[in-house]
Amino acid sequence: MVAEGAGRERATMGRDGAMQQGERAETRDTTALHDDPRSRAPLVIGGEDFHGVTEIVCGVHERPMPRGWYVGFALASSALLMLLCLIGWLFWEGLGIWGLNIPVGWGYAIVNFVFWIGIGHAGTLISAILYLLRQHWRTSINRFAEAMTIFAVICALLFPGIHVGRVWVAYWMLPIPNAMGMWPQFRSPLLWDVFAVSTYGTVSFLFWYMGMLPDLATFRDRATKRIKQIIYGVLAMGWRGSARHWLTYEKAYLLLAALSTPLVLSVHSIVSFDFAVSILPGWHTTIFPPYFVAGAVFSGFAMVQMLMLVARHSFRLKHLVTMRHIENMNKIMLVTGSMVGYAYAMEFFIAWYSGNPYEQYAFINRAFGPYAWAYWIMVSCNVIFPQLFWSKRVRTNIALSFVISVLVNVGMWFERFVIVITSLHRDYLPSSWGYYWPTWVDVCTLIGSFGLFFTLFLLFLRFLPIIAMFEVKAVMPQADPHFDEPASHPVPAVAVASGAAAGRTQVADASKEGA
Amino acid sequence: MAQLFPKWTNKTPRMVASFFGVGAVGATLVVWKFFAPGFLWAGYRPQQPVPYSHLLHVGQLGLDCRYCHTGVERGAKAAVPPAATCMNCHRTIRADSPLLAPIREAAAGGKAVEWVKVHGLADYVYFDHSRHVNAGIGCVSCHGRIDQMEVVRQVAPLSMFWCLDCHRAPENHLRPREHVTSMDWKAEPDQRTLGLRLKQERGINPPQHCSACHR
Repeated sequence: MVAEGAGRERATMGRDGAMQQGERAETRDTTALHDDPRSRAPLVIGGEDFHGVTEIVCGVHERPMPRGWYVGFALASSALLMLLCLIGWLFWEGLGIWGLNIPVGWGYAIVNFVFWIGIGHAGTLISAILYLLRQHWRTSINRFAEAMTIFAVICALLFPGIHVGRVWVAYWMLPIPNAMGMWPQFRSPLLWDVFAVSTYGTVSFLFWYMGMLPDLATFRDRATKRIKQIIYGVLAMGWRGSARHWLTYEKAYLLLAALSTPLVLSVHSIVSFDFAVSILPGWHTTIFPPYFVAGAVFSGFAMVQMLMLVARHSFRLKHLVTMRHIENMNKIMLVTGSMVGYAYAMEFFIAWYSGNPYEQYAFINRAFGPYAWAYWIMVSCNVIFPQLFWSKRVRTNIALSFVISVLVNVGMWFERFVIVITSLHRDYLPSSWGYYWPTWVDVCTLIGSFGLFFTLFLLFLRFLPIIAMFEVKAVMPQADPHFDEPASHPVPAVAVASGAAAGRTQVADASKEGA
Repeated sequence: MAQLFPKWTNKTPRMVASFFGVGAVGATLVVWKFFAPGFLWAGYRPQQPVPYSHLLHVGQLGLDCRYCHTGVERGAKAAVPPAATCMNCHRTIRADSPLLAPIREAAAGGKAVEWVKVHGLADYVYFDHSRHVNAGIGCVSCHGRIDQMEVVRQVAPLSMFWCLDCHRAPENHLRPREHVTSMDWKAEPDQRTLGLRLKQERGINPPQHCSACHR
């Protein structure tokens, strides 16, 4: 809504004026004392019109990839190959090649699972919750984030799958009729996990794919080779951009957004139940579900930020992914990072307040015991560094944003490491106490999972529309139905709520023109 | 721009969706039904080296199971009898039958008769005959009407589902101990009432946890 407001204001100045006005709005925004919605920075800068947006996004796909892409793909696919070899060896040899041993029976595999599932939270949050909240700045980054979600969920699903030991009976996790007369243990959160993650993966995939249909149709229409026309034609599933298509699409998108919104919150809540439902000191905590969800959004946004900054630079997306987007993401990281910090503090407070010596020991041991190094890496990366985002100068500094988002990813991986390992390595019997250390296979499997993630991600950059062109167009001033006739329609002081819907219909025609 | 695809392709999404929908359900049902012990193993009826007839010995002559399968009340295995057990009678009855030649040879200290095992459980399953027989599970409950079989065949699937079926509701098979080997015993007034009473009286509570059988 606010974007439309700003758009209307600029619309009076015509196409050529929009750019200057946009730049002025940006400078004004940095100096404004109060956050006046009408003076926010525009979402698309550089004076781009609809066709310009199409050219930018399709250009990524149609121009040769930069050399960095090939280097990255070589590295990522090598790591993926290593992962596949290690998984093959794991199946052949058994879980003994990992560092797992009693008392620490959950090692890297579960740490990596929770880490990747957390990364996968930003996509659906951006596409579903921010959509329902009409946060128009999401349009430039949602495709990106959703793709990242799907790939992160794939990486996440891998780990419990190979952690079960006897993979050939992994189908026992599914409630299907069998000759054993057995059902999965419905009282176990590990089973809830199977449902939560697979539902999340499915819905996220549908959301991502359905949202891509109009853009795939643009790719199809711009394709010059027959084979490309056919491939993108199949992928676009017959999208013609008719009014009826758009009507159905908008309804389906809204419904999927409503369906995904509770999923964003439920998935990581259920992942946290894996820990919270057990009776281990340090795990058995009611704060876990909200704490995990906040952490997941935190790490997800950090990953989106990290990848987006690289892609923005390499693929010349600066007109679509603006400083306003980067700053907004940093703000969300600041909020969720502070929530995570609050949760860390609250865990200690409750340990003290409960008067339970075992709980107290678990936390003192966490901060000052043998894994203190991991704990303090976690605290500094997750709580201390993101606090720098209070400063606008840091928030709008690209290099610092990148560095902090990398640190947050490191910190969030260590958070899961700290949670899983420190509670387990002190068993109930002091004679069973141990110290977990990963083997090289553990470490290389983690690296390999990044290989899987980046291989998929780089293929996505190469072959699919990385920015939702039609959604970006809908939040541009040109999407206003009265954009071309400024004189006959004076700008109302308050933004009109129906602006978004009207703008979308306009884009339907516009994207056909662009294509 | 010319049409990329012919008109019939409009139907493909529905076709693909229904193919995978039907395929997934169908594959599950096929595996469930046909890849299961109930289909693969029930009815197994190997040819034995000596044409011993349970129909004749049990059904018509009325031999008790325990005359030959002596371990059934005391051990994990019911045990296949040694040739000497056969010779108790066949020393005098049909002592010259050519069909019994391998039995006579084995009893005289020669090569043992290589009976083919009919009812086999997987190596990772712990099973004890005595526990079941002493609790009052009749032979017929698992092995079927042996007294009517010329050549013994496997009647039950011996699947885990089948084991658990009885462990979950033993009252459907419990009987008084003195009738354990009886092939044609009928419960009075009916199996369920009697079974529940016996279960109550003897405190029978079959385990259903993993390590009951997978030790």
